[in-house]
Amino acid sequence: MVGMESLQYSFDGGRTLAPFAPKLVGVVASGNLEVLVEPSTDTGCRIDVDTSARGFGPVWEAVLRDFHERHGIAGVRVAIHDMGATPAVVSLRLDQAIAAIAGATP
Amino acid sequence: MNFESFAEMSARERLAAIVDAGSFHEWLPPSERVTSPHLAQLGVPAAFDDGVAIGRATLGARTVFVAAQEGGFMGGGVGEVHGAKLVGLLRRALRDRPDAVLVLAESGGVRLHEANAGLIAVSEVMRALLDVRAAGIATVMLIGGANGCFGGMGIVARCADTVVMSDIARHAMSGPEVIESAHGAGEFDSRDRALVWRTTGGKHRWLCGDCDVLLDDDAAAFRDAAIAALDAHRPMTLEALQLESALLQARADADGDNADAFELWSRLGVPEPRAVPDLDADALRPRRPAAAAALAQGAA
Repeated sequence: MVGMESLQYSFDGGRTLAPFAPKLVGVVASGNLEVLVEPSTDTGCRIDVDTSARGFGPVWEAVLRDFHERHGIAGVRVAIHDMGATPAVVSLRLDQAIAAIAGATP
Repeated sequence: MNFESFAEMSARERLAAIVDAGSFHEWLPPSERVTSPHLAQLGVPAAFDDGVAIGRATLGARTVFVAAQEGGFMGGGVGEVHGAKLVGLLRRALRDRPDAVLVLAESGGVRLHEANAGLIAVSEVMRALLDVRAAGIATVMLIGGANGCFGGMGIVARCADTVVMSDIARHAMSGPEVIESAHGAGEFDSRDRALVWRTTGGKHRWLCGDCDVLLDDDAAAFRDAAIAALDAHRPMTLEALQLESALLQARADADGDNADAFELWSRLGVPEPRAVPDLDADALRPRRPAAAAALAQGAA
């Protein structure tokens, strides 16, 4: 069946970020994705993915687990709208989102 | 000279480059998740802002309302929510009376996935924009994205007081591939980029009087042009509409047999028409008065 796939991941542990304003980076375009990062009352890091490319759950899990291990952040909700971005692009967008938060909260 | 390409920017980067630094206050921001109700059932991911950011800002310390379309998302296509955000911005402008409403347009027109809802949305945008213009609030279209401004948004653009384009921007009704699909490559070869740009590009629009300000692809130049347009008004009087109609007829008469743009420029008296595609905006500027005079004479 053609259609979107929705995936949910949660990662526990890490340091809770100071309050920050929601940030959007990236664009839903071919080979690209948008990442919305918002503060959350959860202790962990929750990541929701809507992707036009079905069947890549294990790759998403690996990329997002790597993201969480590198940044170790908690109290964050991440929402992704993806249109077939490669794993490297996904990692870079996630890093960009974290950098944008850091820049917005002196 | 340090140019920052307006075409290469995302909608949000353009907003940041045009309005006063840090002054943009967004309405219905991405975190509100006001997204398309139609795309999910077609298997297409939504965008958190449905491809357009709207809000208020200051420009040269004056209050403006502003919208920026994201060409990367569905080609900037106007869907139901996208259109409703534009209409809401314009109607709020009628109430709050900012000095101007700016639209950083990049759109292929109606988002075909949302067919009828998108068509209705675009017609509502036209009506709302004309209401704002009639109320004496300056309406400014800034066209500089790689996807150009086509379809319904192409019409919306010409409803505004001022149209600003870069030389690499495009503005038309039917896009090149639409024309080719309907009439064949013999009529219009959409892969002939030189043909596409000299038929729909900023220079052609400016020489024919469809756009008011022609710029190089530089974000700072767009900001300066937007500030200069804050007090530009084109009142919608019967006389003005009759003159516009006469100018269009004069152009159609000059065009006659569906001439190539080179031939049309030549007939309008543009000096060295074959050199036009290679000129930058400054170099082209002295060549417009001849075309304007020829059209005015034809309209008289």
